[in-house]
Amino acid sequence: MHEMSIAEGILDIALDTMRQNNGIIIHSVQLDLGLMSGVEPDALLFCWDAVVKGTAAEGSKIDIHTIPITGQCLDCDAVFDVQNYAFICPHCESKYINTIGGRELQVTSIDID
Amino acid sequence: MQVEVKTNVLAKNDAIASDLQRLFKEKNIFVFNLMGSPGAGKTSLLEATLQELVKDYNIAVIEGDLFTNQDAERIHALGVPVIQINTVGGCHLDAHMIQDAVEDLDLDTLDMIIIENVGNLVCPAEFEIGESMKVTVLSVTEGEDKPLKYPLIFKESKAVLLNKIDLLPYVPFNKDKAVKDIRNLNPQGFIFEVSCIAKDGLATWIDWLKEQLKMYR
Repeated sequence: MHEMSIAEGILDIALDTMRQNNGIIIHSVQLDLGLMSGVEPDALLFCWDAVVKGTAAEGSKIDIHTIPITGQCLDCDAVFDVQNYAFICPHCESKYINTIGGRELQVTSIDID
Repeated sequence: MQVEVKTNVLAKNDAIASDLQRLFKEKNIFVFNLMGSPGAGKTSLLEATLQELVKDYNIAVIEGDLFTNQDAERIHALGVPVIQINTVGGCHLDAHMIQDAVEDLDLDTLDMIIIENVGNLVCPAEFEIGESMKVTVLSVTEGEDKPLKYPLIFKESKAVLLNKIDLLPYVPFNKDKAVKDIRNLNPQGFIFEVSCIAKDGLATWIDWLKEQLKMYR
């Protein structure tokens, strides 16, 4: 279960940010999480409660913002929602698709005092 | 107070992975990350592949395993230098572990490093470890539903090997469905059908691998 190392990574970022801003407590962390990031939200929340114990983030929450899987066709430029994990352009059937959304695993902001 | 951050959670890992990639390029070493479920046949594929490749290339293997060194011993028996990483319960290899491991290798003498990841279809796909390509082994005994259940690993792989193909008459594996789902996820990916036990399809895979090495260098 790699959600534990992900939770530790998020905590590192949160604590670094808090110190840089002379904060003393972390209330919440906002996270962009792509549907194809490989991270299970429930497992992440469970691990978060475990890793924050005894830190300035104890009792804090993670707000997860789920990002859908989006592809962009490299041939016709169409941007489309990827359905059923089919990375094929629905307009021109090209197989050259750039995944522009869905892999996110990014801390976007942190609420501190 | 709300502070904007915009930092990737895996940024530290990715930075080390980029350093490793640069190091391997500088040393002209082709590195691939071999992934798949426990029991899919990663080590068997490695044994069959090494037996051919050691004739022409200097290769080292990095073995990821939770606790044991059984796989490393199988590789060692072929006369190939092997480094064991025990993750002690950790479900994947990360870039930092590879950075430590390569310190024990003589990089000036190597053409290729094969990294056998921990048996797992989820976590290894998330962590870049400085590799030039990812390869996933899916055995037909695991079921055709795996590509859609674990999409990331199949999407990220340059090649997917369907292993234990000799067992197809005996297991209810819908190969067409598996191949279609892999192709949808990964239209540019290569699919090889092999059996490491029956020695089927291995030559095609090994020729392709040699081609990849040539293109890299």
